[in-house]
Amino acid sequence: MPTADELKQRIETAIPGATATVESPDDVHFAAHVAAPAFAGLTRVQQHRMVYDIFTGELGGAIHALSLKTEVP
Amino acid sequence: MSENPLRDAIQQAIDENEIILFMKGTPEQPMCGFSARTAAALQSLDVPFAAVDILPDPRIRQELSALSSWPTIPQLFVKGELVGGADIVAELYASGELPEVLGVDAPEGAPAEAPAGADPAPAPLGIENRLG
Repeated sequence: MPTADELKQRIETAIPGATATVESPDDVHFAAHVAAPAFAGLTRVQQHRMVYDIFTGELGGAIHALSLKTEVP
Repeated sequence: MSENPLRDAIQQAIDENEIILFMKGTPEQPMCGFSARTAAALQSLDVPFAAVDILPDPRIRQELSALSSWPTIPQLFVKGELVGGADIVAELYASGELPEVLGVDAPEGAPAEAPAGADPAPAPLGIENRLG
């Protein structure tokens, strides 16, 4: 079962320069706040896709829900 | 001819409905909190939108996500473009940007007259056109 800390590490590893805060009450539902310079110039949809892409195949499975907020720092 | 009629039907629904929400359940009877909140945001703006319940057939969700490169439900499309899922719609709603994204007037002041009836939708996806 993934932990909030694992998700944070994976986001920060996958997106260069990203800072992530991830919370989860149950290790199934997650809420992530991700700030990354790499988001600059991208639409919100593109920003969220970058994060979703890290967890392809896990969303809806081990990661039941991932709520996202993205920003350019 | 495409060998994937369901994906074609989804694409056609996206193309033919200016505002279309793919959700779990219906706006009246949402089956998931994220879908409920997203539908409620649209309804609060009194904007007519088409809604597709993805639950009756799991292939709808599969094909939709393949087409949109977006893994989760709900998904809101405006003028053929994916606007986002529940988080983005909530963010746009909170910031007051949603009416502009939807191409409607902001709700403050006199609400715009509701359009008299939206186009009938193709049957295979069970699309229902609704007024907020």
